[in-house]
Amino acid sequence: MSRQVFAYILHKEGTPDDTALELITAAKKIDPDASVIAVVTGSGDNLNTVCNEMTASYSEVWKVDHADLAYPNAELVRKALVGILPKDAVVLVPHEHFGLDLSPGLSVKLDAPYLPDVVDFEGVEGDTLKVIRQEFSGMVSTHVQADISGGVVITPRPGSFQPDESKSAGGQATDKSGEIGDLASTRRYLEIVEAEVGEVDITKSDVLVSVGRGIEDQDNLEIIEELAEAMGADISCSRPIVDAKWLEKSRQVGTSGQTVKPKVYMALGISGSFQHMGGIKGSPFIVAVNKNPKAPIFQVADVGVVADILEFVPELTEGIAEEK
Amino acid sequence: MEILVCVKRVPDTSENEIEVNSKGTDIDRDDLVYSVNEWDNYAVEEAIQIRDKVGGTVTVITVGDEEAEEVLRREMAMGADKGILLSDEAFEGTDGRGIAAILKAEIEKGNYDLILTGAQADDGAGQVGGMLAAMLDVPYASLVNYLEVIDDKKIKAGREIAGGNQEMNEIELPCVLSIQTGINEPRYVGIRGIRKVASLDIPVRTAGDLGLDASAVAPKVNRVDYFVPEPGEGAEMLEGSTEEIIEKLVEILKAKGGIK
Ligand SMILES: Cc1cc2nc3c(=O)[nH]c(=O)nc-3n(C[C@H](O)[C@H](O)[C@H](O)COP(=O)(O)OP(=O)(O)OC[C@H]3O[C@@H](n4cnc5c(N)ncnc54)[C@H](O)[C@@H]3O)c2cc1C
Repeated sequence: MSRQVFAYILHKEGTPDDTALELITAAKKIDPDASVIAVVTGSGDNLNTVCNEMTASYSEVWKVDHADLAYPNAELVRKALVGILPKDAVVLVPHEHFGLDLSPGLSVKLDAPYLPDVVDFEGVEGDTLKVIRQEFSGMVSTHVQADISGGVVITPRPGSFQPDESKSAGGQATDKSGEIGDLASTRRYLEIVEAEVGEVDITKSDVLVSVGRGIEDQDNLEIIEELAEAMGADISCSRPIVDAKWLEKSRQVGTSGQTVKPKVYMALGISGSFQHMGGIKGSPFIVAVNKNPKAPIFQVADVGVVADILEFVPELTEGIAEEK
Repeated sequence: MEILVCVKRVPDTSENEIEVNSKGTDIDRDDLVYSVNEWDNYAVEEAIQIRDKVGGTVTVITVGDEEAEEVLRREMAMGADKGILLSDEAFEGTDGRGIAAILKAEIEKGNYDLILTGAQADDGAGQVGGMLAAMLDVPYASLVNYLEVIDDKKIKAGREIAGGNQEMNEIELPCVLSIQTGINEPRYVGIRGIRKVASLDIPVRTAGDLGLDASAVAPKVNRVDYFVPEPGEGAEMLEGSTEEIIEKLVEILKAKGGIK
């Protein structure tokens, strides 16, 4: 029998997440002959809608319907998955806030190795799977391997695998709701508290001057404000600037902040972590200024300058002013 | 409340250029500046604030070599009451699951209500907290950026999810939480603070003390090598004098609609 790879489908209000189709590509990279099964948990109409949509892309869809799973509480989802998955399952869950909540514990309960935040696969030899990960904020990569004969839990990095858009699976949904067993947990989901709306809506900005930890000090933000003003741009930032409370949360770009779609994005003193870049959509023209020539941001930027932003930014502001 | 915070000593990425050593077996660790994993400081700060409000003790713990003691001392200077170092040659080269197993062995000797870790450390895995909770059979919540003690049996924890939204949960104690940056503002620790705790005793526990044999910490996941991927095309790097660079950049920005 061919290897079974299970892809956990994230979805919200009846719409599958972008990662739903990325996991097909990831699964095929592990083993081109694998049979890839979508696992969708949830409840009611939204769940059915997602399952139907997934049958276009997955030849097999496992549906788990339970009122308590209407919101994906990772503790409950874990119990459900342990109930239905075979012992040697290869399980894929996207490496984002839910995957981080579910997967480490799932690997323990399945007694399987855990391969977190995988950016690429080298394939399987015998029972050994070799993958590529990154460490130290993407500054170096590693090959990591594990014996997957007893299964494995893997969290592929969102955006690292092309979505499989072929939609030619013509698959079928199987209802697995009867097999999940008891879902009781002492962690209860209460509610979602929506993010506060800020003074500027950076998701609508055409030009963003974005500042990162390289700015070093709150007082230095002045040079960023002056540049933004000269360019007619809005100011956004990376997470450490918000953590330090130097700018409001609504200006944070990234997976746990805003998703922006500007025409031009200036990344100043930003290293280019995947959580930050994950918030930049629509292929803007990216200019990066960073004092470290090896900063990962230069791999994804269109134009780069190796410079100290504290010196370079005021000169750039002046240069723009002179042009006007 | 008895609170345990798991911390890690890591190379400081803002102070160092991380490079692969000549054999590709590790990063080049000569002359690296080490510090406490960024996320762990937030976890320790949160623990201290809870203790100051409801009473109890904060213990910081790490698995590492003797040099890892310095991060325990730093966190004690922040205000943690006790430190425990879990150290043994047998622990070297273990994986996340092994670290969780080592921590579990020590935790079972104590009586902790709340166990905190950082959301992730230098390897970006974010795995030890979740594994530990599953091994202890207690609830887990990751990426916690809001924490409120309801009573001595329950907490309310906000998890950071997409778009800056927050997922609120009520969780019974004991539990394990991984703490996300931004939950608080970790206090500053000066040289004087470190000196004050310099003479405090930090017990060291070995594999034998914890009743762990080699198989308990044998890695299931093995790092084969470190490498730097072939750089892609990457950015067009502007070079020359600052004046020339700025002239070019202004021209490019104008062409791309970056200057209004
Ligand atoms: C679950 C999760 C969610 C996350 N969500 C987000 C998110 O939504 N958004 C986000 O941004 N991050 C997010 N992060 C954090 C992310 O992993 C990085 O830690 C963060 O993006 C780093 O921000 P940075 O690039 O500003 O800082 P660093 O990575 O510290 O980079 C600073 C850069 O500035 C350069 N520099 C320093 N001084 C100067 C100078 N004087 N001149 C020029 N360059 C200089 C350095 O070379 C370095 O490249 C998340 C993390 C987790 C775990």
